[in-house]
Amino acid sequence: MTALPEIWSYLSREPLLWLTATLVAYLIGDQLSQRAGRNPLVNPVLVAMVLLGGLLWVTKTPYQTYFAGAQFVHFMLGPATVALALPLYVNRAQIRRALLPMVAALLAGSVTAIVSALWIARVLGIEGPVWLSLAPKSTTAPVAIGIAEQLGGLPTLTAALVILTGIIGAVIVTPLMRLMHIRDWRARGFAVGVAAHGIGTARAFQVNDTAGAFAGIGMGLNALLTAILAPYVVSLML
Amino acid sequence: MILAVAILLICQLLGETLARGLGLPVPGPVLGMALLLLGCLMLPGMAARVMPTAQGLLSHLSLLFVPAGVGVISHLDVLGGSGPALLLVLVISTALALIAGVLTFVAVARLTGNADATEEPRG
Repeated sequence: MTALPEIWSYLSREPLLWLTATLVAYLIGDQLSQRAGRNPLVNPVLVAMVLLGGLLWVTKTPYQTYFAGAQFVHFMLGPATVALALPLYVNRAQIRRALLPMVAALLAGSVTAIVSALWIARVLGIEGPVWLSLAPKSTTAPVAIGIAEQLGGLPTLTAALVILTGIIGAVIVTPLMRLMHIRDWRARGFAVGVAAHGIGTARAFQVNDTAGAFAGIGMGLNALLTAILAPYVVSLML
Repeated sequence: MILAVAILLICQLLGETLARGLGLPVPGPVLGMALLLLGCLMLPGMAARVMPTAQGLLSHLSLLFVPAGVGVISHLDVLGGSGPALLLVLVISTALALIAGVLTFVAVARLTGNADATEEPRG
């Protein structure tokens, strides 16, 4: 019989353990979210993040070791983004009819996301590379990191700000829309895709399929627009 | 299912190649999404083949953000001393962007005779 510490030292080096832990933590998060009637505060990503973060901390596991297992899940983000074409295809008639509202909402949401973040940060005394890292925070991570590097921001900080923005958006979107009495699923979905990229889109799919389809387009279009707008807005505000 | 996964990966691969080759500011998977949409529009039957796999992936889209999210939790120190101020910026700015986006959408939809309030909100 092998001693437990030896089994642990073997398992902790293999991808199997942390891949399994990621799936189990998500299942727990998803169960809690369902039990809470999909209450936006019980966000499955947030629950899983906190559970796994705690587990890594208690077992003194470095993030690199964790990611060696979790990368298989992370990799699926690419194909899942491609798969967003299907809801677009299914809802194509509805999307074609909503072209003008989409373009207008894209401009309004994207500009507000960049300008308000930079302006509020300046009022709070945030400056330099940290300030620059805020500019692309509403766009999807790979694009945001590229933009931050180009502006002279900090890529790691940008990645963290992007993920936090997504979670904040996913948590506040439903109460905010209820407060404003917005019933149009297209508008709700599109706005959360523009403001809170993929994590906002995941929340939209949880609530309504039409909202999810429109969120996917909002996310894709804002990736493009932020890449064009952010350098320009930053140069105006410097 | 293997066919569907292959189609998704081929679109992503083409998207990455195009994005890098032409130096476009769009991520490869987003271009891949555009390519798959084009494929569905041109080839009848493509959508039906990919649909079950795509739905499976998208219904658990949240799961795919967990590894990156854990990265944030275990690197909270990158926020530095300005952590609370940065969180405040993110909360206010994200709320403002949501409000600006949704109000503009609803207003322009009404102006262009495209309002839609048929469905009751449930979530």
